[in-house]
Amino acid sequence: MKKRIALLLGLVLVITALAGCSNAEGSQEGEFTPGENGVVKVYNWGDYIDESVIDMFEAETGIEVVYDMFENNEEMYPIIEAGGTVYDAVCPSDYMIAKMIENGLVQEINFDNVPNIEYIGDIHMESARAFDPENKYAVPYTYGTLGIMYNTTMVDEEVTSWDILWDEKYSQSIVMYESVRDSLAPALKMLGYSLNTTDEAELQEATQLLIDQKPLVYSYVMDQIKDLMINGEVALGLAYSGEVLAIQEENPDIAFVVPDEGSNYFVDAWVIPSNAENKENAEAWINFLCRPDIAKMNFEYITYSTPNDGAVELLDQEYLDNKDVFPEDEVIERCEVFNYLGEDMDQLYAELWKQVKAASTN
Amino acid sequence: MGKKSFALPYVVWMIGFTIIPLAMIVFYGLTDDTGAFTLENVAAIMTAEHAQALWLSLGLALVSTVICLVLAYPLAMILKSISKNRSSLIVFIFILPMWMNSLLRTMAWQTILSNQGILNLILEFLGLPAVRIINTTGAIIFGMVYDFLPFMVLPIYNVLIKIGQDKVEAARDLGANGVQTFFRVTFPLSMPGVVSGITMVFVPAMTTFVISNLLGGGKILLIGNVIEQAFTSGSNWHLGSGLSLVLMVFIFISMAILAKYDPEGSNVV
Repeated sequence: MKKRIALLLGLVLVITALAGCSNAEGSQEGEFTPGENGVVKVYNWGDYIDESVIDMFEAETGIEVVYDMFENNEEMYPIIEAGGTVYDAVCPSDYMIAKMIENGLVQEINFDNVPNIEYIGDIHMESARAFDPENKYAVPYTYGTLGIMYNTTMVDEEVTSWDILWDEKYSQSIVMYESVRDSLAPALKMLGYSLNTTDEAELQEATQLLIDQKPLVYSYVMDQIKDLMINGEVALGLAYSGEVLAIQEENPDIAFVVPDEGSNYFVDAWVIPSNAENKENAEAWINFLCRPDIAKMNFEYITYSTPNDGAVELLDQEYLDNKDVFPEDEVIERCEVFNYLGEDMDQLYAELWKQVKAASTN
Repeated sequence: MGKKSFALPYVVWMIGFTIIPLAMIVFYGLTDDTGAFTLENVAAIMTAEHAQALWLSLGLALVSTVICLVLAYPLAMILKSISKNRSSLIVFIFILPMWMNSLLRTMAWQTILSNQGILNLILEFLGLPAVRIINTTGAIIFGMVYDFLPFMVLPIYNVLIKIGQDKVEAARDLGANGVQTFFRVTFPLSMPGVVSGITMVFVPAMTTFVISNLLGGGKILLIGNVIEQAFTSGSNWHLGSGLSLVLMVFIFISMAILAKYDPEGSNVV
């Protein structure tokens, strides 16, 4: 998920596309020219693919890829809904896919055209049922957990519970996500409530916890968490497991934990919008991404866990032993997938977040 | 081709980029999801969080404007008193950073002011205690003053250089001392520049959401942030537009004051 500076990457993409350096390594049928078999319009998270995969796909299939990026689910949704720009393949998160299914914005995938679906692990197809009950609409691309990232030179104790984010010892050294559901997750779990609660009293209670926490919080941000952690500006922060490898490369003192109370487990998956103009090309694209060698390339670039068993078999043992990236089953078991809670709940969550943001800082 | 056709591109520009967007804000602001007329989105300014954000925005904008004025007026006086060549150079240096994107400059301050930032490194080197300024209202005021100071200096400077030395000499001739000359002659004559400077600092400071996001760490909610979030994560365009209409009232008041003191608008940069 996440949200990097999509604009910058767009620029990088444009430059690479202009340079036309399609080093079609691994392409068996390099004689296709991009565009001769039409186009596929892809809408993905910023920095969420190994860009050479795009060139390889174009070289092998002759389908030209028009690639756009979004920064978060909320930004992507109105664009698909309005239909002003038509996309053929989109990669939102679980709860947003549920919302799209409910509002008829996505169509069933013809899995005859996606034979590589067999490489996606059963356990992951099973967890996709949380938002796509019959596995008809979505093909899992990445997954991960929400947890606490901390700097071991600044935090001596063992981190096992969310309550460390409320510890005054770390005042002004805690960062939270600028995103209501992510930031409410620790509060809800500490209180023992579901991440998908629609009970207003429970939500108010969790909101009050965040208001109490606010004086201790350094800032509410998204991508900047990475820089703040790497620079040692803060000791503790919320993080998605997929970010951890990249951060540890810059600063080896950073550790990651999914607290005992449980957390969020997310799945980002490919779907085909109802108004797609190149459905078969979209299926070819999704099938290509499910190919084990391609899934491996993407994993090594974006470091978000891949649900592709074929790719996992190709990975170095070092990755597989990394519990942050490939969590044990018991960790996944204590996590919950976000559900789509409906329009009214969206408004209520926005309202609650405003209360947190407006609350006193001391 | 008649002379009028030369105006066509500007008419298209104004309609496309001012009139239509404004009409859309009014439309969204006064309707609900079903398209029915409602004043709810405008009245939403009365809710506790929104009213608090509005007052805080007013307060911070006011403080920033006063600081800008106090800093800018002496500078404009100095610029007036030195030779044309040197003052042009100083003005040039002053506006040079404005050629850089203000977003980038604000992000630079984020790095400078942070706890492990350059400012605290220097303080530590000098053996002084570290300051915690990042993500406070102080940092936001600092960012506003830094970003908007040139908008205060230039209008005041433009007015001051037009005040003839003869008027000052006449005042001195008639027995006024330096302080009296300033308060009875120079300052009143510079009012148009002061008022346009105040407007040009106050209005953007009042409506900013970028500075509060970057230097406030998302912890301080200004009315600009409320509106931004209504459009983005809240996806409630009706609320965002309704609150924008309220904010426009304040801007119109500023414009009215500006028109009263500076009817020619000659000093607006």
